[in-house]
Amino acid sequence: MNDHLTIDWQPLWLSLKLASVTMLILLVIGIPLAWWLAYSRQRWKFAVEAVISLPMVLPPSVLGFYLLLAFSPGNGFGRFLSTYLDIRLVFTFPGLVLASLIYSLPFMVNPVLAGFRGLPADWKEASHTLGKSELVTLFRVLLPNVRASLITGAVLSFAHTIGEFGVVMMIGGSIPGQTKVASVAIYDEVLSTNYPLANRYAIVLLVLSFVILLLVYGINHYYNKYKTLP
Amino acid sequence: MEPRPSPDTTPQEAPGPQAEPRPFLEFATKKLLHTAQGKEWLDVRFQLEKGQTLAIYGPSGAGKTTLLRILAGLTEVSSGFIRLGDETWLDTAGRKHSPTRHRAIGFVFQDFALFPNLTVRQQLEYALPPLETPQLIDELLSLMALEALQHHRPALLSGGQQQRVALARAIARRPSLLLLDEPLSALDDEMRNKLQDYLGKIQQRYHLTTILVSHHLPEILRLADTAIVLKHGRIESQGQPATIFAQSSQLTLTATILSIQPDGDQYVLTVRCADNTFNIPATSQQADTLSIGQTVSVTLKAVTPTLPSHRSSL
Repeated sequence: MNDHLTIDWQPLWLSLKLASVTMLILLVIGIPLAWWLAYSRQRWKFAVEAVISLPMVLPPSVLGFYLLLAFSPGNGFGRFLSTYLDIRLVFTFPGLVLASLIYSLPFMVNPVLAGFRGLPADWKEASHTLGKSELVTLFRVLLPNVRASLITGAVLSFAHTIGEFGVVMMIGGSIPGQTKVASVAIYDEVLSTNYPLANRYAIVLLVLSFVILLLVYGINHYYNKYKTLP
Repeated sequence: MEPRPSPDTTPQEAPGPQAEPRPFLEFATKKLLHTAQGKEWLDVRFQLEKGQTLAIYGPSGAGKTTLLRILAGLTEVSSGFIRLGDETWLDTAGRKHSPTRHRAIGFVFQDFALFPNLTVRQQLEYALPPLETPQLIDELLSLMALEALQHHRPALLSGGQQQRVALARAIARRPSLLLLDEPLSALDDEMRNKLQDYLGKIQQRYHLTTILVSHHLPEILRLADTAIVLKHGRIESQGQPATIFAQSSQLTLTATILSIQPDGDQYVLTVRCADNTFNIPATSQQADTLSIGQTVSVTLKAVTPTLPSHRSSL
């Protein structure tokens, strides 16, 4: 077998690792954010919604460019991190995670927000009349009834992180084992005109993405069909 | 120092130096309502003794549900005061506003607001205060004839069963004040009668102070000790249900116009009300403003009612 056709699984594993870590952290920060957007009576919350959704319309290179500036040890935030906390975010895995969190945030927040908004207002009120706090209400009443939205949000943010390219290129580069994820590996192989190997990476990503979307639509179909509300 | 009356003696039995007998519930609030007819002030004050049931009656849009929501702390007011027992729930002058979860209320919503993810038993367990004995749940399940359904989710229950669960859940919370928003409106007459029985049982067993929003007279006469008629955000009359509803010497019905026929220089309207069709005269000016299919209020004067031979639904 030709050596230049041997697929290096490391970029794929790195992509999966980045996507899993991003998805888990997004579950933790996305749920409270969606809850706040759904129930807060702040008048300017629409502005927060717009900021969260910005990565959906922004070219990834724009986001990547500003993150690169922010993370650079030569600039304020980056210098603070490297001087006082000894953290480097440019060309490192933690930097990729932070960038992915920002980049995929709307894909977690928006479905969960839509889920909360779709619940009858009096379920939350009923829970309060039963003496329960906001936190208990969230975990016992609200979240169990937006399960489909939670799964959609988690799967979409996972898939979106796998598909990330522009942001990773800008702030991660292509360091094997550190920042060289699958989408970057494809690009590298194309640059060195190794199309057959690029094709192998691409097929793995294509199949993975398709399976993920099948899962999302399957789950939504299931919930819409069998969802039994009073 | 003078000895204070012990907390469980009622003021009537042992009047202390300043202890005027004060009612169990005091309510006085103002709120601007945005109704279909424009802006209107909801301006209501009333008192209620412990263990009594108050019915709030009135046309839709009069502010009945808003009143309950204000009591529960779910709707904010412009100004007001609410006290239950020794607890002040709301005092806008003193900037006090207890959140809903700190008010000992049982609220039965018009659409029940059962949680689809919990079984009947779990709904009751959810409502049970931390220090309450779990036997209460079995007791309520048996009292409301829900034992066979206890492991079912609400989606599998009929309207009447859901209603019983909502009521049992509100009681499991051990409220001092039970608030019922049109609790029986979604049910047919047979179910309604049965549920009135359950409500009666609950009141007997737990001696709850209850406020009931209703536009169903039989319900009020059967369940309430006292009633308030609310119109345009204000109390129109107040007192014992049998007395206030007996004041009116007319009978007003809501009817649908089936046809409008000229009859000399007058007109005859054929209208239908419930299962009855009858004719009423109308002047030509009146007839000009009416059209077939329209809903009108018909006032009957000097009625001599008689009971039919079969059992009345009352």
